[in-house]
Amino acid sequence: MGVLKTLWSKLKQAILALKPGRVTLGYPFTPREPEEGFRGLPRVDVNRCIGCGGCAEVCPARCIRVVDTDQTTRVLCFLHERCTFCGRCAEVCPVNAIEMTKEFELSTDDPHEDLVGEYHIWMGPCERCGRCFEAPSALDRLKRTGMRCDEIDAKCAIACPAGVEADSEETKS
Amino acid sequence: MIRDWLIKKILPRALWIYHVNCGACNGCDIEVLDTLTPYYDAERFGIRLVGSPRHADALVLCGPMTRQTAPAVRRAYEAVPDPKVVFAIGSCATGGGMWHDTYNVLGGADQVLPVDFYVPGCPPRPEAILHGVATALGLTTKEVKAMRAIQEGSDVEIEDLPEEQWLVQEQD
Ligand code: SF4
Ligand code: SF4
Ligand code: SF4
Repeated sequence: MGVLKTLWSKLKQAILALKPGRVTLGYPFTPREPEEGFRGLPRVDVNRCIGCGGCAEVCPARCIRVVDTDQTTRVLCFLHERCTFCGRCAEVCPVNAIEMTKEFELSTDDPHEDLVGEYHIWMGPCERCGRCFEAPSALDRLKRTGMRCDEIDAKCAIACPAGVEADSEETKS
Repeated sequence: MIRDWLIKKILPRALWIYHVNCGACNGCDIEVLDTLTPYYDAERFGIRLVGSPRHADALVLCGPMTRQTAPAVRRAYEAVPDPKVVFAIGSCATGGGMWHDTYNVLGGADQVLPVDFYVPGCPPRPEAILHGVATALGLTTKEVKAMRAIQEGSDVEIEDLPEEQWLVQEQD
């Protein structure tokens, strides 16, 4: 009798287990979209960014570096290999230039090569100190002369007090 | 070269993994366990957890590699028979995460061991881990690419910018 009872309970369990059918996901062979509100890789819309550096200020992983390569160019360097996908940068950005995309398939064998973002932003130089200061107005945009790296030619390399060497074919892009 | 060939040879078979916590907050460890549940079913690819590194083909590292765990992890790595594959799971293991420059953290699994595959995320979704393993097995392809862009109206295109002038590689 006891045996039959056990058998019956096992049978019941088997029927219960059959009811939901197959639950295993087909991923990676079938795509699977992340849920609403998922935060994936942050990407910057360069044309919207004003180069304020707020995102670099709040990033807990300090994976955003702001570099001024010359008076009018500011470069945001993102090192996503240590990004924690917290979304602070997107939250703080005054012009909503950063979007937390839904990209999550980030596996790579070379994070220094693949998990980076580099965004070159045009700035207006400060009239006093000459450093990058604020987003250029429409008028400033007209006055832009180009990045310093394209202006290095053999002549100014000779005169350059900092000893920048120009190999004119390469730097003159 | 030989290593790549060996990995190709070994990986399509069952991949037994040994999971090491090198100072992780447990977020990534939970996701690794999640990947092994029937819902995600990593066992489809022959992946299963083993209790000893001597039985394993692959090490799965989570966490930013703290000073305390580094010697133990190195010993575990040496105990894994060749050829071996090392996966770094999570932003911590990939680049040190938030802790990359703190005094008691070495800053990423690759500071201690040669890592073959990185799965960033904090923590990565189980799908992301599956994608990483499937990429290592050659079932899927790498999706992520570096993003370089210049603001509109520039006289230089980003493609024309010579590689020496890319800035991000200088960062530590
Ligand atoms: S998501 Fe968080 S960790 Fe990643 S870049 Fe933005 S602020 Fe930094
Ligand atoms: S992305 Fe947003 S927060 Fe970051 S520098 Fe640009 S405008 Fe400022
Ligand atoms: S990557 Fe995030 S979830 Fe994983 S161990 Fe580090 S802090 Fe924790």
